[in-house]
Amino acid sequence: MGEFLRFENITKRYGQNTVLDNVTLEIQAGEVFSLLGPSGCGKTTLLRICGGFEPPDEGRVILDGVDITNVPANRRAVRTVFQNYALFPHLSVWENIAFGLKATGQDAKTILEKVPKYLELVQLTGYENRKPGQLSGGQRQRVAIARALINRPKVLLLDEPLAALDLKLRQRMLIELDTIHDDVGITFLFVTHDQQEAMSISDHIAVLRNGRVEQIGTPTELYEAPRTSFVAAFIGDTNFFEGTVETIEGDYCTLNIDGFPEIQLFNDKKVHRGEKIHVSIRPEKFFISAVRPEVTDAKTNLLHGKVEEVIYVGPHTRYWVRVQDWRVSVVQQHHGYGLDERRIKWDDEVWLRFGADNAYMLEHYAEVDEQLLALPDLEPEELEAVVEGGTQEVGSAE
Amino acid sequence: MKSRLRNISNWIIGAPSFVWLVVFYAIPIVLVFLLAFKPVDAYGGLGEGWTLKTILDLRNPSYPAIIWRTFWQGIVSTTVCVAVAIPISYQLARMNSRWKNVILLLIIVPFWTNFLVRIYAWRVFLHADGIFKNLLVAIGLIEESTTLLYNQWAVLVVMIYTYIPFAILPIYASAEKFDFSLIDAAKDLGASSFYAFRRVFLPVISKGIWTAVMVVLIPAFGAYLIPDLVGGPSSELVGDKIAQRVFIDRNLPHASALSALLMLAVFLPMLLGKWLNHMRRRRQTREGRT
Repeated sequence: MGEFLRFENITKRYGQNTVLDNVTLEIQAGEVFSLLGPSGCGKTTLLRICGGFEPPDEGRVILDGVDITNVPANRRAVRTVFQNYALFPHLSVWENIAFGLKATGQDAKTILEKVPKYLELVQLTGYENRKPGQLSGGQRQRVAIARALINRPKVLLLDEPLAALDLKLRQRMLIELDTIHDDVGITFLFVTHDQQEAMSISDHIAVLRNGRVEQIGTPTELYEAPRTSFVAAFIGDTNFFEGTVETIEGDYCTLNIDGFPEIQLFNDKKVHRGEKIHVSIRPEKFFISAVRPEVTDAKTNLLHGKVEEVIYVGPHTRYWVRVQDWRVSVVQQHHGYGLDERRIKWDDEVWLRFGADNAYMLEHYAEVDEQLLALPDLEPEELEAVVEGGTQEVGSAE
Repeated sequence: MKSRLRNISNWIIGAPSFVWLVVFYAIPIVLVFLLAFKPVDAYGGLGEGWTLKTILDLRNPSYPAIIWRTFWQGIVSTTVCVAVAIPISYQLARMNSRWKNVILLLIIVPFWTNFLVRIYAWRVFLHADGIFKNLLVAIGLIEESTTLLYNQWAVLVVMIYTYIPFAILPIYASAEKFDFSLIDAAKDLGASSFYAFRRVFLPVISKGIWTAVMVVLIPAFGAYLIPDLVGGPSSELVGDKIAQRVFIDRNLPHASALSALLMLAVFLPMLLGKWLNHMRRRRQTREGRT
């Protein structure tokens, strides 16, 4: 299937502030597409433009081949699940779900037929007489979803739909959303600042920052092949290294990182000798061991360092290993009880092994993005401040 | 034990307002109803014993017209006040807070001027030689001989003018708390602006609207200064009659009977409305939906 929903060169300004800067996105029919980014990146504004609540200053929105840029909200085949759900407090669950049918003038028979079906879809049969005030957060959200889906929209917009729920419920609702999506087959446009949410539900993700698209791709592409240091740091955790290209042999090159032995690296960016580049290596791509492993393969790199910190979190253990001037974050999955890694403690000398294909070259690197990396002592608000501060600095550097 | 203590402290906290209500509200109302059954003596005092004479006197042939006028003027002024107050409140609630405060201030400022002074201002304004009259004549909208003052239309206009702030304030208080994302949600679901306004905004702020209706309707029914000052003999309201019976005829029982009639006229429909609402809600729960 071809593109279904298309944002074409969307620009939106509030006064001096450019919220969206020439954003172009293509969304396929029936997929879950996420707009992911820190607060203030413009993702909600883009959603509101799609819903028809705000006009773009420039650009077009094309849905199913029709330019809907100037179509008012109530005439668009687009429905929204709002962040606070915006349920009608004076109406019962039944009336909330039936609202869209009544507002568009459908007859009583259709309403009587459809509402129970959608109550069932969101598992709220038996709750039809409750008022929104008598429902839990998860139930309210399900009402909002049923209400939005009942008119069979072409696109369902979800604005941080899980943000108001607690962690366990969020995980359950995420699975439920995925099930509902499979049931109805409607295109979902999902806005979130939570990379895990986006990763687990999306077919494609657009990472937005500062009103611009940083990268578009499948969750795997974004995670394994981040284009910039921002994407690498915002999605998951990683290590950044700066080095100079020494030699190039076929598809691989060797990289000289200060204090490291020579590193073998897959040369997907076609870099040249002497070029300074940044690479990202995910923590779980390292294998840690207390004894020096036998390396027979030329495409395997080996580092030697000292453990600075060990954090055991059940399924895996996180280590911070000092290798010369670098502090390398390593995550080791526990596949069995009492394996080698359990014996690694503070101040132990360890060996880190990683394959040449697991270090990824970045197109763009900004030092501020390092602040996005998992720092054990950063509160969420502080992290947000870092993100916003970071965007500004990057803006001025460009 | 704890709940009993809380009960006692609740009583202590509630006692002053309870006493206040009994002394200044319940007792006077009971007195008004009782007085209606007392005879009058020759000097304007109260006679001995009880009588139904006053109640029967209410069949005075001049009364039906006055009562009818009181009702329709009260209902028309209430309707106009609320109808004007709703869009004003809607806009006020959506405004940014600086302008909002300025406009609220403008609405409240007239209260700082004495009520009588404001009515006299209207007399000057509508007077036969007043600017408004001359303006209308100049435009050619009315004849030189038309009088704007001393008729029921003048009474109605001044009543609406007087009561509009009372309608705006409670409706605004409700509208201010209204979550305007609900309007977005309604439009998102395919509703037109008008549908969203009627089916979402109005029901959600209905408490404020009913408060406004009560706050305007009750004084409008009892109005007597306004018809007295800008109305003529043909635009008397029940309030005027009550005042006449007290001050001129010195017939307190008759005045009480009229007052009691007004009170019942407001109270009974309210009760009926409450009951109907209650029945509707019960039916809804039984049917399971609307």
